[in-house]
Amino acid sequence: MAESNIQVEVPQVPVTPSWAMLRTLGGIAAISGLLVVLAYQVTAPIIAENQRLRTERAVFDVVPGAVSKRDFVLKPDGTIVAAGQGARGDVIYGAYDASGALKGVAFQGGAQGYSDIVRLLFGYDPGCACIVGMRVLKSTETPGLGDKIEKDPAFQKNFTALDAKVGSDGTALANAIVTVKHGSKSEPWQIDAISGATISSNAVGRALNQAAQVVVPAIRRSIDILGHPNPSATHPSAAQ
Amino acid sequence: MQAESLQFIFLNAAVVNNFVLAMFLGICPFLGVSAKKETAFKMGLAVIFVMLVSSLSAYGINWLLTELDLTFLRLICYIAVIASAVQLVEMFIKRFSPALFHSLGIFLPLITTNCAILGLALFQTAKQYDLAQSLVYALGAGSGFTLALMLMAGLRERLALARVPDVSQGAALTLILAGLLSLAFMGSAGLGGSHG
Amino acid sequence: MSIPTNRAETPTLDTFVRGLWRENPVFVMLLGMCPVLAVTNSAINAIAMGLASTFVLLGSGALVSLLRNWIPKQVRIASYIVIIATFVTIVDYGIQAISLDLYAALGAFIQLIVVNCIILGRAEAYASKQPLVPALVNAFGMGMGFTLALLALGGVREILGNGTLFGIQLFSDNFQPWVVMILPPGGFFVLGGWLLLFNWLRQRAARKQIEHTGAQANAS
Repeated sequence: MAESNIQVEVPQVPVTPSWAMLRTLGGIAAISGLLVVLAYQVTAPIIAENQRLRTERAVFDVVPGAVSKRDFVLKPDGTIVAAGQGARGDVIYGAYDASGALKGVAFQGGAQGYSDIVRLLFGYDPGCACIVGMRVLKSTETPGLGDKIEKDPAFQKNFTALDAKVGSDGTALANAIVTVKHGSKSEPWQIDAISGATISSNAVGRALNQAAQVVVPAIRRSIDILGHPNPSATHPSAAQ
Repeated sequence: MQAESLQFIFLNAAVVNNFVLAMFLGICPFLGVSAKKETAFKMGLAVIFVMLVSSLSAYGINWLLTELDLTFLRLICYIAVIASAVQLVEMFIKRFSPALFHSLGIFLPLITTNCAILGLALFQTAKQYDLAQSLVYALGAGSGFTLALMLMAGLRERLALARVPDVSQGAALTLILAGLLSLAFMGSAGLGGSHG
Repeated sequence: MSIPTNRAETPTLDTFVRGLWRENPVFVMLLGMCPVLAVTNSAINAIAMGLASTFVLLGSGALVSLLRNWIPKQVRIASYIVIIATFVTIVDYGIQAISLDLYAALGAFIQLIVVNCIILGRAEAYASKQPLVPALVNAFGMGMGFTLALLALGGVREILGNGTLFGIQLFSDNFQPWVVMILPPGGFFVLGGWLLLFNWLRQRAARKQIEHTGAQANAS
């Protein structure tokens, strides 16, 4: 084979100047930013409303007879103030009936269940010093077993008048709320577990006890502040 | 919010809620890379490293965006930083250990579009972990990923010598195997015990 | 399998149908696995995820196609990712506005659409080289193919694991749901099952093809 002198034409790759790349990235960042901000502005009020409705539904579920709610913040030092004043802490909800009287207070609790943390909302009635409602906010428990904590009516009955009286010194519950084996409930502060779903039932009990030990005494201390649904009402005296 | 102990977070991320077998993150590399135990292990190590870097970056970005009240830019910032972090890690490894770079090869860029990394950043933000918890979470998630990858690699190495029906060759068999592994890992629920 | 996509093509029915069957992103190309397994524990979640992904495919495909002549090669991946992330953020807020329950069910996987290899793959392989209309048609086809795959999985898992479809009870109360199907292992098993079916169908078609050409060769 004869050796031929082949001229290979190397195609010239145009070098992209940096300014072109920066211009593109900058332009795309600008367009993206614009689109995202637009979407955010349009949807933010709708989302806020959805969340408000959702929380309301849950609160009215755990405090039967309530028709309006007001947000409060439980500060780490144990005092309760109205929400929206920049205080940081767990949110609790005052629930009021049609005449504006305090029907109950809803608070959240959470504990590790079988798969992941179970989040619940509980309703407390200061009048009877008891828990009057429970609702599962978020759970990934096993379908058909652990998820019975949401559906089992017998389990739900535990929370219609669960004793949550405060001890004589007012700093904690008189009797810790505890989950007991299915069928062995003997005291009004015990929760009857679901047969076959012990871990999930225990989680609910633990979540309630942990939260209630802190929240219930605080509610009793700040009952004045919680009792008034009208945000413009002023209280000269601090929580007693 | 219930404080979770660091050991619990690690165990939870690595075994109980394993990123691959329970949360379905990182499936693409899981199906594609896990044919040999060695490669699986190296990929796993790379993922652990990138996860730690991303976890740190995500924590920082989230803090910054929350301070500036620009949380709607979070997703874009996360993905941009993860992509850049992987680029930097690649350049770093190439410079300081060309041998390691050569053996890792294609894996590093693959990690960028890996849902496990972004998923880690998103979950850590949603769970509102502090810095220590985030890093332990990343370590646990990466270790769990490596564990799943190595188990699958071991199984597939064995399977290469076995007689399997033609129809199931390839991804179908890997998926069914993954299902069995996932079933096995489900037994670890409740590991870490219940608290007080 | 794919036709060379460097020259602008006029969109035909094939541009759309391709994404449904021959180049189905999940069953054929094995892309986008993570959401396929994670959110298919019910048919409604599956469809919602499919539609959300289709939206992102369409939006990002459109923008990438429109800007394709202005994006230099070196920064193309970064640009595509930012564009995709933008549309994912938009769909994220959109779903929150539509239904918080749906949003809670789909979880982080909405935001994980951004790393769905299907979308980046389409932007890179097709939308960056085609004008707007073919890019949109192809994106829609891929999106629908993805949605069908999700529905195939979600439907089977929900029927077996819950006895319902779209929340409607299908069987009598005596039906014992096969719970594992709506748990993680079920996702793997059902997808593996579908792939088995597809493999078997393809092998059968290939065998028939061979027999057919064999018969022709004998006849001539």
